[in-house]
Amino acid sequence: MSSDVKSRPATPMLREILEQPTLLGGIRSTPLPVRLGLAVFALGFLVVNVAIGVLVVSGRLDGHWYDFRDLGNATAALRSWLDDRDLGPWLSYWVTALIGGVGILSFVGGVLLIGTWVERRLLAKFQIRRGPNRVGPFGLLQPLADALKLIQKEVLIPIGADRKLFFLPPILIFIPAMLGWGPVPWAPNMAYLDVNVGLLYVVAISSLAVLAIFIAGWSSNNHYALLGAMRTVAMMVSYEIPVSLSLLSVVLFTGSLQLSEIVAWQSTHNTWLAMILPFSLFTFFFSSTAEINRTPNDIAEAESEIVAGFHTEYSGMKAGLFLAVELGNALLVGALVSTFFLGGYSLFGLEEWIPPYLILFAKISAVYFLFVWLRGTLPRFRLDQLMGYAWKFLIPLSIAFVGISAVEASIFARVDAPGLIVLGAIGIVNVVLTFVLVRAWARVVGYEVPRGEDTRPTLTTAVGGLRAAQRLRVTP
Amino acid sequence: MTAANEPYILNIGPQHPSTHGVFRLRVAMDGETIVDMDMIVGYLHRSMEKLAEERTYTQNIPFTDRADYLAAMSGNLGLCIAAERLTGVEVPERAQYLRVIFAELQRIASHAMANGTLVSDAGAWQTPLLYMFREREKILDLFEMTCGARLTTNYMRIGGVAFEPPAEFWPALRELVDELPDRIDEYSQLLIDNEIFLARTRGIGVISAEDAINGSLTGPALRGSGVPWDLRKAEPYDVYDRLDFEIPVGRGGDVYDRFMVRFEETKQSTRIIKQAIEQIPDGPHKTQIPLALRPEPGEVYGRIESPRGELGFYLVSDGSPAPYRFHIRAPSFINLSLLRQLAVGSTLPDAVVTLGSIDIVVGEIDR
Repeated sequence: MSSDVKSRPATPMLREILEQPTLLGGIRSTPLPVRLGLAVFALGFLVVNVAIGVLVVSGRLDGHWYDFRDLGNATAALRSWLDDRDLGPWLSYWVTALIGGVGILSFVGGVLLIGTWVERRLLAKFQIRRGPNRVGPFGLLQPLADALKLIQKEVLIPIGADRKLFFLPPILIFIPAMLGWGPVPWAPNMAYLDVNVGLLYVVAISSLAVLAIFIAGWSSNNHYALLGAMRTVAMMVSYEIPVSLSLLSVVLFTGSLQLSEIVAWQSTHNTWLAMILPFSLFTFFFSSTAEINRTPNDIAEAESEIVAGFHTEYSGMKAGLFLAVELGNALLVGALVSTFFLGGYSLFGLEEWIPPYLILFAKISAVYFLFVWLRGTLPRFRLDQLMGYAWKFLIPLSIAFVGISAVEASIFARVDAPGLIVLGAIGIVNVVLTFVLVRAWARVVGYEVPRGEDTRPTLTTAVGGLRAAQRLRVTP
Repeated sequence: MTAANEPYILNIGPQHPSTHGVFRLRVAMDGETIVDMDMIVGYLHRSMEKLAEERTYTQNIPFTDRADYLAAMSGNLGLCIAAERLTGVEVPERAQYLRVIFAELQRIASHAMANGTLVSDAGAWQTPLLYMFREREKILDLFEMTCGARLTTNYMRIGGVAFEPPAEFWPALRELVDELPDRIDEYSQLLIDNEIFLARTRGIGVISAEDAINGSLTGPALRGSGVPWDLRKAEPYDVYDRLDFEIPVGRGGDVYDRFMVRFEETKQSTRIIKQAIEQIPDGPHKTQIPLALRPEPGEVYGRIESPRGELGFYLVSDGSPAPYRFHIRAPSFINLSLLRQLAVGSTLPDAVVTLGSIDIVVGEIDR
């Protein structure tokens, strides 16, 4: 009996997880024909993959339009084909641009639809619920049903609202959320708008949303909305700075503002900037949660305080657009974090085998999962705490780290040793520096880690009033 | 007042996610700071106390379900204790133990709800709330097993309880009591040392012991301020004097203290239930009382420690089957009276968290 108790997992939740049906048990319980079918499918999958592998190794795909690893080749081929036809220079430009734009937008739109389902299901799993499971298989059609409902709902315009301005924000906020996808490289030749100032473009585009949010808050003629808009503006203006500073370190190392160059740098040096610049990664990620209103920084639409913040008064598809943008921004931040810090489409040489856009999508999903996880776990900061965190903590430390990275980047450029060793040394130094500097600066600012232990309740059997309370306070 | 410094009036409620019912706050704000606050109650007024004067004492028990609808068992118990004191009805020992078990189960369920919603108010997207709902569900299942209702139980009677729990109740209760401490520890891991939660609750909404006594606070709100006052110890009713338990007392009087006191109280409640299961004797579960109970003319004030504080029933009898006066001392209502003092000068998020930590139930405030 005692051994039985000892082998039991410590917490009830772990026990429940163990009792859940496992994959192996599920396979055992499926009927034989289904298992045979699955086996044939798996075998076929393997054969196809080996064939593709042979094709890739023999180099027969490289650079051809049918190179499925890089869809940029296909559009480039199409463009040169159109140019050869002599139909005018504008046609080849517009056709490929339209294909790329429609491709990215439909991809993002599809992921937005699935994303709501994923987020709700994941949150439900975190919260011991089932999540949407009624509409379609596993509730997969739930986002479609929601979208239909939102589209056919009446759009209410509150009395006293500024009608013209009230119409604008859902559209205004949707445009930058989509534009931000432009410079993200999905494969070496597969970026829609591979401008050489891509990083500046991203930073500039991401701060456009604040205008739409403020218009929404002002035109609604609602006190909650105005409070939410004020909070958002304050937050976004503050957090633009750490975002830019953290990206400055990236530029110092890679020596380029072009997103595809940044990824190529990480790919050629076989490293992720996350390992070299951990503090910048944290700053970028944390500031992004503030910019896109995700937990723990979702104070602009803090449900328990100001209902829905700036979009309190919006209904129907207008509200739907705001919600879609929220989710789209989370995905966009996922893409940017992956591109800047997690190696983008590259995965230590594996991008030769797996289509790079799938790798990037996997990384986006991982960051998005982190967002959902945070939302399912953490409480929310207060506005003053968050602002203090940005101005007193993130900005000074980011400036310090920009200086440090500048020194390190110049050392890296001058030292003749193998790149990996130098980068490894820099990475270790930066991790140590992050810990040391964060602690030291916290002491300088006077920040104390709030501790719970010293206010645990005292247990007593005595009963009384004020005097008993004073006695307890003296002898805890 | 000129337009330049006109206050920004925010109307929170009666329909708002964090007012815990139909409770309304009119907040005058200066930026994010609250400069003035009106608390407006009465949206859930059902004229309970007046209606009660037309009904017999037993018929009034369902009203107490609907006063504090998150702690119906405690409401039942309060009225029964007061009515028994008025009429002198004896309660069999087994019934007393059953009452203690159900009142403590209700306390756990109610505290789970209170702490869960407090964390939701602090911005955690319902995860802790739903974790705590799991235990609450199991407790409500036990209620349903016993009396058929989950929320409005109407279980206690003057002179005992309505039904003997069924046979399957006891193993289920033992299982629940065995796993509860583990569960509570699990939630503690999630919340107690969470730095964001600490930053949001430590030093917020501080009530000093003097203020708490002057404001006649009771329950976790009072104990969070460091005053060891619990009617189960100070004025034991039923069989609480035979059970061994301790009163958790906070040190600072802030939101976090009230939260922790509730956590600790659930642990103590499991301790009480464990002892009660061991000690419970066989015997009848209620004494027979006449359908129309006619107490001697007189008045009585019976009180118990409900999850929210001192729940008192002031009954005046004129010798007829119905009470001449029926008054409920609702702990939520009196605890709430301190909110304005706490909120003015703080920010809106702090006020919301403070309101959550006071743990009001509007059904009880408005009656």
